[in-house]
Amino acid sequence: MSLGIRIEFGGGLELLFCNEKKHKITIPVSVPKDNDTKVSSDSSKELKPADVNYLIHHLRDHLLKERVELFMENGTVRPGILVLINDTDWELEGEGDYQLKDNDEIVFISTLHGG
Amino acid sequence: MAPRTCVLCEKAKAILKRPKTGQQICKDCFFYVFETEVHNTITQSKLFSPGDRVAIGASGGKDSTVLAYVLKTLNERYNYGLNLFLLSIDEGITGYRDDSLETVKRNQQQYDMPLKILSYDELYGWTMDAIVSQVGRKNNCTFCGVFRRQALDRGAAQLNVDHIVTGHNADDIAETVLMNIMRGDIARLGRCTSICTQGEDTIKRSKPFKYAYEKEIVMYAYFKKLDYFSTECIYSPDAYRGHARTFLKDLEAARPSAIIDIIHSGEAFEVSEEVKAAQKAQQTCKRCGYMSSNDLCKACTLLEGLERGMATSGITDRARKKMDAEGPAPENLRTIPFFRPPTGQPAVAIEAPS
Repeated sequence: MSLGIRIEFGGGLELLFCNEKKHKITIPVSVPKDNDTKVSSDSSKELKPADVNYLIHHLRDHLLKERVELFMENGTVRPGILVLINDTDWELEGEGDYQLKDNDEIVFISTLHGG
Repeated sequence: MAPRTCVLCEKAKAILKRPKTGQQICKDCFFYVFETEVHNTITQSKLFSPGDRVAIGASGGKDSTVLAYVLKTLNERYNYGLNLFLLSIDEGITGYRDDSLETVKRNQQQYDMPLKILSYDELYGWTMDAIVSQVGRKNNCTFCGVFRRQALDRGAAQLNVDHIVTGHNADDIAETVLMNIMRGDIARLGRCTSICTQGEDTIKRSKPFKYAYEKEIVMYAYFKKLDYFSTECIYSPDAYRGHARTFLKDLEAARPSAIIDIIHSGEAFEVSEEVKAAQKAQQTCKRCGYMSSNDLCKACTLLEGLERGMATSGITDRARKKMDAEGPAPENLRTIPFFRPPTGQPAVAIEAPS
């Protein structure tokens, strides 16, 4: 069982991801609680429904090409990166604890680039 | 989690949590409050008068793009009676500014505003690419900052505008307050929170986004689908500012009001008369006529150093003395064209939107 998630990067963040703004990825419905994205499915780890915290780790481990410190800090996105879940500020959706659904769209926009 | 309803209209689904107030609001209410707050900033500070010619310092980045869009909207909605122009400075940074200028050219069409681009190359005879190849990446931001400030004033004088507005937002100003405290620059600390600055000879400058949070500017651009450019300058960014910025973003994550709180702190500092008196009186540069606190303005000093192959002479006193010891500037030294403040008629043809 897996979820298809649409990802969009903006505000310069796409430069860390092959300079591609839009991506489509697939993640498992249930994922390890510790957000480890590299374990096999038969591992005995405790599981949770896939959430945005897991998604951020997945993007770091499987999509990010350079300079992880510009994307993540202390287990979440770096301060100054805005996140939208289906075009709504993630602060209204529970931030990293938001449980992903099939075909959700998650947008990451950096505010840190020059204006 | 159930969808939350906008606290303002109590009808539509909330899409944004305002960092300033914590309110949850819908898209239409967000556009309305964001624009209205900028309008209130403009009217309360009496930034404009009907008939003013106003240049928007446009880099193609998020802040100036949103500023151009919002000013155009407010000018029409509230009949400010402004003549708006886009003014861009081409620093001559291949792969950075040339791309962002393409964005500004699209903005010219989208917003139907005349655009003037002034390059470092035509004004100073040096592009930033050439400067960096001579001075390296360590002090190049000094050259760029000094040259840009003067270029904006000169571009504005050529457009014969009364006023330059820039996209500096609340986060930028809070960052500058922090930097001035960390550097002990009390005189600048006293000035950096002013919404409007005006030297005697220079053109008025102001920051209509002084109280606008970066988060809301970016969200506004996102929801309005505005066309902006975002890439870091390819030359070493200002490292000190970078640290202040990271610190500020960490503070904001812990408490969103931190940004406005720091601006208020900056405003509340009273700069003593002694500090103000210690500032040098303004005069005009003997070589180029631009305002200066010395015989030569900073841009002329930097340019002379570049031309004579002693680029650090504009940066440290020691290097300056060394260059002075080598004799006066040669007769045929390249100089900046003489500065003439606005006179009443545009001095140059400007590109009208086609």
